[in-house]
Amino acid sequence: MARNPDADNAPVKKEIESPTSKYDAEKAASFKVVGSRPARPDGMDKVTGKARFGADMVMPGQLVGLILRSPHPHAVIKSIDSSEAEALSGVKAVITRDDFTPNDDHADVLYNIMAREKALYEGHAVAAVAATSRAVARKALKLIKVDYDILPHVTDVDEAMSPDAPVLHDNIITRGVSPTPTKPSNVVARSEFGHGDIEAGFAQADEIIERSFKTAATHQGYIEPHACVANVGTDGMSELWCCTQGHFHVRQVCASLLGIDVSRLRVTASEIGGGFGGKTTVFIEPVALALSRKAGRPVKIAMTRDEVFKASGPTASSSMDVKIGVTKDGRITAGYGVFRYQGGAFAGAPADFGAMSAFACYALDNVKTEAYDVVTNRPKGAAYRAPGAPMSVYAVESVVDELAARIGMDPIDLRLKNAAKEGSKSSYGPKFGSCGLVETLEAAKAHPHYSAPLGPNQGRGVASGFWFNFGGETCSNLNINADGTVTIAVGTPDIGGSRASMCIMAAEELGISYDKVRAIVADTSALGYNDTTEGSRVTFSSGMAVIKASQQAVTEMCKRAAMMWDIPAEAVTWEDGYAKPSGPNAGDFEPLSLAEIAATAGKTGGPIAGHHEYNADGAGVSFGTHIVDTEVDPETGKVDIIRYTVVQDAGKAIHPDYVEGQFQGGAAQGIGWALNEEYIYGDDGKLQNAGFLDYRMPVASDLPMIDTVIVEVPNPGHPYGVRGVGETGIVPPLAAIANGVSAAAGVRMTELPMSPPRVLKAIDDAKVAAE
Amino acid sequence: MVQVTLSGTIQQAAGGISTLEIEAKNIRQLLNALEKLCPALKPELEKGGIAVAINGTIYRDDWFQPIPEDSEVFLIPRLAGG
Amino acid sequence: MSGIHVSTKINGDAVEYVCDVEETLLDVLRDKLGMTGSKEGCASGDCGACSVTVDGRLTCSCLMLGAEAQGREIGTIEGVAKGTELHPVQQKILDNAALQCGVCTPGFVVAAKALLEKNPDPTETEIRYWLAGNLCRCTGYDKIIRAVMDAAAEMRGN
Repeated sequence: MARNPDADNAPVKKEIESPTSKYDAEKAASFKVVGSRPARPDGMDKVTGKARFGADMVMPGQLVGLILRSPHPHAVIKSIDSSEAEALSGVKAVITRDDFTPNDDHADVLYNIMAREKALYEGHAVAAVAATSRAVARKALKLIKVDYDILPHVTDVDEAMSPDAPVLHDNIITRGVSPTPTKPSNVVARSEFGHGDIEAGFAQADEIIERSFKTAATHQGYIEPHACVANVGTDGMSELWCCTQGHFHVRQVCASLLGIDVSRLRVTASEIGGGFGGKTTVFIEPVALALSRKAGRPVKIAMTRDEVFKASGPTASSSMDVKIGVTKDGRITAGYGVFRYQGGAFAGAPADFGAMSAFACYALDNVKTEAYDVVTNRPKGAAYRAPGAPMSVYAVESVVDELAARIGMDPIDLRLKNAAKEGSKSSYGPKFGSCGLVETLEAAKAHPHYSAPLGPNQGRGVASGFWFNFGGETCSNLNINADGTVTIAVGTPDIGGSRASMCIMAAEELGISYDKVRAIVADTSALGYNDTTEGSRVTFSSGMAVIKASQQAVTEMCKRAAMMWDIPAEAVTWEDGYAKPSGPNAGDFEPLSLAEIAATAGKTGGPIAGHHEYNADGAGVSFGTHIVDTEVDPETGKVDIIRYTVVQDAGKAIHPDYVEGQFQGGAAQGIGWALNEEYIYGDDGKLQNAGFLDYRMPVASDLPMIDTVIVEVPNPGHPYGVRGVGETGIVPPLAAIANGVSAAAGVRMTELPMSPPRVLKAIDDAKVAAE
Repeated sequence: MVQVTLSGTIQQAAGGISTLEIEAKNIRQLLNALEKLCPALKPELEKGGIAVAINGTIYRDDWFQPIPEDSEVFLIPRLAGG
Repeated sequence: MSGIHVSTKINGDAVEYVCDVEETLLDVLRDKLGMTGSKEGCASGDCGACSVTVDGRLTCSCLMLGAEAQGREIGTIEGVAKGTELHPVQQKILDNAALQCGVCTPGFVVAAKALLEKNPDPTETEIRYWLAGNLCRCTGYDKIIRAVMDAAAEMRGN
């Protein structure tokens, strides 16, 4: 939170606007459009192939941009000679680190998009070319001579933390430890959370289990590789088309890296082919802009899948220790966890979020978590759906499951007995407001899945999970058109159907049908700053902005009706899409519809519109509980998912289809993380499986139908009760599946992914140990 | 007075202090007071990596959010999402 | 590098183009013919986002050279709807909200249509295995499978 200390005594807001808006229970009782399942506005274009994604844009005279990447995981770049490439016919620009000036605000981002002193991971960008064809550009890359001085590398988090590990950055001095270290290391920061006295807590326990866990790095796996087209005009006015979760953020960072005014860069968000957090930052966009500026022509860069794996942001791998104590009757007396995450070549592994969410499902008197953010010679990680939480929750929920078995208690009952609820102190500090963990646990327990019989070699797992959710800077415009239709502009790219939800909320507020409302994602010149589509914030924040903008338009329409009737504006109310006199005293007038008011707007004061700009607070936390049946083949170690049920609190499902879709998608990604997905590094520090054949994401034949139960415990901080739903769904699956597989295999699985060789080895090791 | 609990990296940066009492009517006053009380915190606060929770509601950026008397306030890492 | 002249049929229309030897059919469709409905997700035949039919057979257009289209009949996503009239697979995907980001959707439409032309009454398992060459990262496949089952039922007249 940067701020200016001079205005220390600035006025305090008169009214407490916390949370930003209040839940309107009366309205929620009579929703007409909210909760329905209409077709999405962009659906037709997407099923016919007409929707334009990042790589689908063509600008006149456009060049092909390609990036030269380091083949070494760690090397000093002594020199780069691009003279031969520049001389090649058809090459219009070559750029290297020398084409970017140092940038204090975004130093790591700059270093990541174009290597400076060192190449820090295999795939780190070293130079880029723009040429008239892909063939010429490829040839040019081969002509660039880079002189490397190869250094020792480290890719494993535990190895990177050891005192004799190769150090990536000489300016990383561990924060959060006392005394401050004198020497640089790969440990960026140590964070600590918790309360109470864990030693006293463990002393009260009848059973204590302590285990260590590891999880592999996984990639968000969006099907659309990063792609953009940049065009820097002769006068410096620039446009950028790209697939991103946050085009305002892209504009801010690119303008800064290129040293241009924000007003001179217009960014348009294309349709986006998945993001899951991986498209919340920039990789190729500043490079394309720099190439375009040098070449004087538009430049398109589209990553290959190999580049996506090697040079965009996967999530962290982890190494974790968890210790939990419980009484015989199932009260958790203390929880302690240490979470070591490596997040690639730069600071920012989400270890702190992991530590904060690890025990969030439990109301504990004694809890302590420690987090270590560690750098290694891997691509800089990016956010991935509830960043940091799936791993830490996997560790905690595995131990909780084992404790339940140890004391002979049903695992859902154990969770219910200790569940966080409204008013309980969260494991990361603040008290929880209204939340729905207990409701999801009860719904899971009552679900037929939970009591269905299991077959041989099958095991059932259950786990809960949590994500914070947040709001952020948001604005939206809403225009009432002369024909009685409505157009909404939002600044948050739509990945999972949010335009449909925006239309639903405007239709609800205005009292008109869904078909009359259309929403677009506006470019950066059309709206004020909007935070990125992340943090499960869009339906909550942009939705609330749309509701407020609708209310503003309603106020104006009531005013116009009052003018027509020559009565005070306060004597007009809005009901089901009509302005009406508020009572007998207001007079007897025929109600005026939105369309009628819109038709004469030009004569009653001009266009009617609403807009809202704010910083959204009051995003409600979200909890979920998953049940999974797994079957383990004892001969091969292969795991099949037999049945899967997601129960999650959505606050209020605006468009239930897309809420279910978030639940199902999160579960499927979690299944991949649990069973197959893994960044595999060789001793040479190079990624060995940078393709979909060897980085095995779930395909249709791997999965069963994924049942969903939408629990609705309204968020008091949203007029319709909305909570974010996008991220929580990926938190419980790792643990739920590990618990299921452990039950089926008869041995506790402590390392992800539970790929066939690992499961087989665990079974064999257990057999040997038993003998 | 409000009771402020520090967590994450800033606890150590403040010299191992986890809770302190501060006179502040809004978030900006709180952060400025904290900085005066623990100058070592200045770089941490300036990095922009902090969010403030007041009575359970988390604020990422809201200088003038009032802090009612006797509030429970936590400084936690600024949240991000995927 | 000399270009290769190709005469082919795409979605029933005669099309001629000149392509380089190493250009894939997907490159030709997207970069030469402006048919960007087929997507490049991997360029290695693993994701199915570039699915087309070649003489009626489901094919990853990233695994076939543009030159190999000579004399063939190519079907792409652009030819699936007839004007504004959607194919039942497209309609059911819309009705079932069986898409989120939608980048894989064209490939699923082409692949599912090819399945139903071959097997009008597939089981859920048959659908899952047929579509195993198409990756979707958003939906967990649940709604896509339901959409294809619905489309099959409708096409059978149920």
